[in-house]
Amino acid sequence: MTTTSPSAGRRPGDAAADPARVVVDIRDVHKNYGLVEVLKGVDLQVHVGEVTVVLGPSGSGKSTLLRCINHLEKVKRGTVTIDGELIGYRRVGDRLHELREREVLRQRTHIGFVFQNFNLFPHLTVEENLVEAPVSALGVPRTRAQERAGRLLERVGLRDKATAYPGQLSGGQQQRIAIARALALEPKVLLFDEPTSALDPELVGEVLDVIKDLARAGTTMIVVTHEIGFAREVADTVVFMDDGRIVEQGTPADVLDSPRHERTRTFLSKVL
Amino acid sequence: MTTTTDGEASLAPPDSGAERSGPLKIVPVRHPGRWVAVAIALVLVAQLVHALVTNPGLEWATFRQYFFDPSVLHGVWLTIELTFYAAVAGFAGGMVLAFMRLSPNPLLRVTAYAYVWVVRSVPLLVQVLFWFNISYLYSRLSIGVPFGPEFFSFSTTHLVSSVSAAVIALSVNEAAFASEIVRAGVLSVSHGQLEAAAALGIPRRRQLMRIVLPQAMRTIAPNAANQLISLFKNTSIVSVMAIMELFYTVQVIYGRTSRIVPMLLVATVWYVLLTTLLTIFQYYVERRFAKGTTRVLPPTPVERVRLAIRDLRAAAADEGTPR
Ligand SMILES: Nc1ncnc2c1ncn2[C@@H]1O[C@H](COP(=O)(O)OP(=O)(O)OP(=O)(O)O)[C@@H](O)[C@H]1O
Ligand SMILES: [Mg+2]
Repeated sequence: MTTTSPSAGRRPGDAAADPARVVVDIRDVHKNYGLVEVLKGVDLQVHVGEVTVVLGPSGSGKSTLLRCINHLEKVKRGTVTIDGELIGYRRVGDRLHELREREVLRQRTHIGFVFQNFNLFPHLTVEENLVEAPVSALGVPRTRAQERAGRLLERVGLRDKATAYPGQLSGGQQQRIAIARALALEPKVLLFDEPTSALDPELVGEVLDVIKDLARAGTTMIVVTHEIGFAREVADTVVFMDDGRIVEQGTPADVLDSPRHERTRTFLSKVL
Repeated sequence: MTTTTDGEASLAPPDSGAERSGPLKIVPVRHPGRWVAVAIALVLVAQLVHALVTNPGLEWATFRQYFFDPSVLHGVWLTIELTFYAAVAGFAGGMVLAFMRLSPNPLLRVTAYAYVWVVRSVPLLVQVLFWFNISYLYSRLSIGVPFGPEFFSFSTTHLVSSVSAAVIALSVNEAAFASEIVRAGVLSVSHGQLEAAAALGIPRRRQLMRIVLPQAMRTIAPNAANQLISLFKNTSIVSVMAIMELFYTVQVIYGRTSRIVPMLLVATVWYVLLTTLLTIFQYYVERRFAKGTTRVLPPTPVERVRLAIRDLRAAAADEGTPR
């Protein structure tokens, strides 16, 4: 496996951080749905401040991989470690003991997840959407959570929408709120599952701009997307998945411009 | 398009709209069919009222005499009490049963399923009689090891008065139906909502109470209101236990005076009045839970009347000013 360190100069924010620190460590992950093996041994490391873009044809297991990272799906074999903490299990000798739901929920507060179809809570206002998890999962005092929500809304450019309901917002605005909601927990890594696929073409840009901003600020992210231009501009590492495996991995220039594998080439020729 | 079917437009010069200084007036679509329907309905209602008022068999004098009779009012109050307690206990129980049905624990699931199956299969009247007679079946209830020593025992004749037996019977039945209503509501909330809540690490209980239930209420409210209204009327079934609720009170009075029809009318009008109150309550509850699901809430009837008056005023003012 080739691993790349974040390109120097683009991220002044993480000069202090240890560039070699691995935040997401995925080892030999296998996943079945019934008899179908969907992930067939995936290894992936993401360093602090790094943006990893995952590409691949439909059904190659990209969503499944993300869902295994925050334990929305149980893996059959292998381990996922976030910042040194094993997700979903406790290791005792050579055994893995399943964690209780409460402990898994606590671990998930370190992992932000942004869904393709936003999944905002429609009966809560924008501010309530942002405040809910910090208050109920982390026990942050409500007023502090509200201040933080205000700053996050500022950051995604929706300061004036705090009292709106999600149904009153455009798709692009809803997705920006969903990103702010994930950030409200101050996660160690942010996972995006096709964040712009449910949007009209003219709304894609505003969401990608927010993600680019986060990248510049040194947020560790894994982004599943079909936006090749975005991958080229923002990714430190591009990963190409096919049929439950990582086929190819490297810098955007390596993977997008001179792919070594036939399957990568065929895929790129279709989407470019 | 060069031809126009609009009469007004073809009479006026084609560019008259552009010459006017003010904004163009919007003419709402006319519904002549509705006016015909309204007229027919009014005639039918008038006939019905005529038949009700003029038929001497209805004995409106007797109706007036008994409508606010203290014993009738007492019956109305007991009916309301029975409904209230059975609704609260029934919906609380129904909520528990619904979450048992939806739980990953198979024992809880099967227990709740069996409860709903048994209770829904037995007619309410039979259940009521069963609870009323339970004191004969088990005259002493005891707490202890089955077939083993007793720690504590007490007599059921004191435990189960006929009114509490009625409340128990209605609650037990209500819980079974309420559980299905709550379950349907929970199932109507999209799976993505629970997934998002889980991904945010929101505790399990909080996921249900804060994320799922409020959204489920949109489906639950109309069905629950339906169930509440049917419970309210089903309280008349406990008249078989000689409980002085509305219907039994009325029966006692016509048993004494043999004025059957006017007394039945007394009960009917009370039932209709109280059901109407419940229906209005339902309207506002549904509005409350529609928050966030529609971009703009529709106006309430009161607001509608105000808007209509304002429009009429505006129209009147409009007529006054020359074009
Ligand atoms: N809950 C499930 N039960 C059974 N099979 C599933 C389930 N979820 C996903 N799969 C299967 O797993 C495979 C991988 O799915 P996944 O959603 O991870 O693909 P993907 O790479 O995200 O595709 P897309 O680009 O279309 O989102 C697919 O073949 C899919 O049919
Ligand atoms: Mg997917």
